[in-house]
Amino acid sequence: MSLSAYIYIRADTLFVRLTGELDHHTSKSLRDRLNSLMMEYDIKNLVFNLKNLTFMDSSGIGVILGRYHYVKQNNGTLIVCEINSQIEKIIQLSGLYKILVITKDEDQAINYLGVA
Amino acid sequence: MFKRNYAEVVFDALSQNEAFARMVVSGFVMPLDPTIDELNELKTIVSEAVTNSIIHGYENKKGKVKMVMEYENEWITLTIIDYGKGIEDVNKARELFYTSKPEEERSGMGLTIMEIFSDEFYISSKIGEGTIVKVKKKLTCSCENDV
Ligand SMILES: Nc1ncnc2c1ncn2[C@@H]1O[C@H](COP(=O)(O)OP(=O)(O)O)[C@@H](O)[C@H]1O
Ligand SMILES: [Mg+2]
Repeated sequence: MSLSAYIYIRADTLFVRLTGELDHHTSKSLRDRLNSLMMEYDIKNLVFNLKNLTFMDSSGIGVILGRYHYVKQNNGTLIVCEINSQIEKIIQLSGLYKILVITKDEDQAINYLGVA
Repeated sequence: MFKRNYAEVVFDALSQNEAFARMVVSGFVMPLDPTIDELNELKTIVSEAVTNSIIHGYENKKGKVKMVMEYENEWITLTIIDYGKGIEDVNKARELFYTSKPEEERSGMGLTIMEIFSDEFYISSKIGEGTIVKVKKKLTCSCENDV
């Protein structure tokens, strides 16, 4: 199984729903796609929905952290939601819990950001 | 019943083979009936090791990666071998968050993850000759109940 991303924009926030497996191979095209969308649409905040992500290794952490640094430069917020049990351990180990905003689902993320 | 099995696979150091290696290890351990967590940990170990061979060992150039899989009852041994550039300072490489390629958005977690997700972890490397990563993992399965 590879990776697919369903992406939509609401105000200045990019929502990314990931399905499949996020590794070094699949992270390359995801990174390029996110970078160009964020530039083109002047995106401030990013919300990753990981509900249907069945596998993630440290390359996935690298992609999330990379986008976090970009978003932070523009005083934006990066939110990760719907963390499932398959990827919980690796996210815990990465320390992402300490630096990112984690919410239960996209609704909570929308509330947090106040993007109506 | 005593269970023993061995398999090895050699493949090109291409990033699409990261998923291939994960599928191979999943298939190999299937008869042992691992838990979802155990399977996920084994797949993650393989994914990290193979990725390292591709991006660090061969630096995205041509090369071969060899993966050897064995089990003896509930003990699984995985060995991932490359013939790439090797690691200068293995102790430094093993530090959490250390990466020699921060510009490529590496998180420096791979070796630590392999260590945490296994029961025994060994790495040996020689400059110009390559790197061998070996992990042992004990499954919690009650294999005696199987036919
Ligand atoms: N197979 C390998 N060949 C050469 N160098 C390696 C290999 N595996 C790991 N390394 C070195 O060890 C460092 C740490 O590896 P790791 O913990 O997986 O972090 P990352 O891959 O994110 O850099 C790498 O940055 C690299 O310098
Ligand atoms: Mg690595």
